[in-house]
Amino acid sequence: MSNPKDPGASSRAGLLRDATAIVGIAATPFAKHLEPTEAELACQAIVDACADAGVHPSEIDALCSYTMEETEEIEIARNVGCGEVTFFSRIGYGGGAGCGTVGHAAMAVATGQAEVAVAWRSRKRGSGPRPWTNTSSQLRVPGQWTRPFGLLRPVDEIAMLTRRYMHEYGATRDHLANIAIAVRKHANRNPAAIMHDRPMSREDYMDARWVSEPLCLFDNCLETDGALACVVVSAERARDLRQPPVYIHAFAQGLPPEHQTMVNYFCDDPLTGPAWACARRLWANADFGPQDVDVAQIYDAFTPLILLSLEGYGFVERGEAPSFSDGGNLEWPGGALPVNTSGGGLSEAYIHGFNLIAEGVRQMRGTSTSQVDGAETCLVTSGEGVPTSALLLRR
Amino acid sequence: MALSADGWMLPVVDEDGEGFWEGTLAGELRMQACGSCGAMRFPPRPMCPRCQSTERLWQRVSGQATLWSFVVAHPPLLPAYAAIAPYPVVVVSLVEDPRLRLVGNVLDTPDGPINQVDPATLRIGEPLGVVFAPMVGQDGTEIAVPRWLRSSPVNGS
Ligand SMILES: [Zn+2]
Repeated sequence: MSNPKDPGASSRAGLLRDATAIVGIAATPFAKHLEPTEAELACQAIVDACADAGVHPSEIDALCSYTMEETEEIEIARNVGCGEVTFFSRIGYGGGAGCGTVGHAAMAVATGQAEVAVAWRSRKRGSGPRPWTNTSSQLRVPGQWTRPFGLLRPVDEIAMLTRRYMHEYGATRDHLANIAIAVRKHANRNPAAIMHDRPMSREDYMDARWVSEPLCLFDNCLETDGALACVVVSAERARDLRQPPVYIHAFAQGLPPEHQTMVNYFCDDPLTGPAWACARRLWANADFGPQDVDVAQIYDAFTPLILLSLEGYGFVERGEAPSFSDGGNLEWPGGALPVNTSGGGLSEAYIHGFNLIAEGVRQMRGTSTSQVDGAETCLVTSGEGVPTSALLLRR
Repeated sequence: MALSADGWMLPVVDEDGEGFWEGTLAGELRMQACGSCGAMRFPPRPMCPRCQSTERLWQRVSGQATLWSFVVAHPPLLPAYAAIAPYPVVVVSLVEDPRLRLVGNVLDTPDGPINQVDPATLRIGEPLGVVFAPMVGQDGTEIAVPRWLRSSPVNGS
């Protein structure tokens, strides 16, 4: 990604590389319903992540979260006992924001705006109403172009891209089942996962009720209450803390031309979504490429997002993700690229993808319940089909 | 909130979309076009992303399209939609420029319900033509939404 108009761009691209590390992670229990408020869950996750790292909450001076996060910075700061907070940022577009919150935290630390940054997400999506049932918030642009025709829910919006994807590349429901089954197997090994005790066979998948054809119930993520947080400090500071540092090797966000969030139908090439834009910057800023990634945590609000992302992040060529998903390639332990090794949004918990970040950190620490042997690098991605973000983690 | 008396979601018309919805009420499918470079764009917006001009106009198009993709929605859905589910929702691609795509519904007859077509018979690439379905909001506002007929009269005739 060298730019003749700005020759310094390529050297600046290295500024973030391994300059910071994730040193603490924490999660509350995951459940369909939890009693505490979102604010209490958020504060608990943040305090627990600090304890995991061995830093005191009073040291927190940067706060990064989603625009959809309901617990504001001032609430976090006055509950967990932050001192003077000197950096705070929010990232938009729902599930596209996850890795972005950690990336902004890393940039804040790397550029000297803060020293101990926290990123978090707390959500009672299991207890609360489904967002699409709020009709008054649905009909603004671009809702006037979709909702009156009965395209009401996120699942409908992604099903539209999925049908086109299947048409262009010859993908079938068996390929979507490959994804759902692989991720479920990983959840079955993870005691924290909602679906820990619920195995799923190919027959279970094929017999599940439709939600929006071609997507069935098991192509959809869970509806979960829970919160997660992580702590980011400089690489120097990280070496003195209690956990092995997990370096943030590269970070990118992605918003492609003429994109519309969730309904990416109005651009030149709808099957090359935000992941493609994000990936070009991510790999340009990294010392290694997709062939060197040992394990991946790929945003999975819906199964087809994993197919789109495998192509967007360059693991396979365009249209090749369906055949790549055959033969257990996405499964621990023997697969070429085990994905979502904690069970992901489909089978562990759906906290807007933040649990994928925590699992990426566990893989780099060597503590996953589906630990990839000797894993040294992990890709974590956020929502595809919306303006997105991604992280490359390394030991 | 814009719902019809029987619970269908109606478009909330804004400054960007006004010309489109004026067109549908007049029985014409209109695309926004750049007043400077002439490129058509959808959804409508204030500035042309190709030449950065804010000059813009509404241009009648043929209303001929092809089926680009479709879904079949099953409950849980909003009550009016759940009552007629399953129903197909489509994206069509206009013949003037296949990158101009609109979300809509396919019908066999111009005033049919949106669950009229058997989804098993839908084929990506099949030709479709626009018709307009009148709707009335709870506050009496009249609006017309485009629908896509498998054998259509000429747009605006
Ligand atoms: Zn122009």
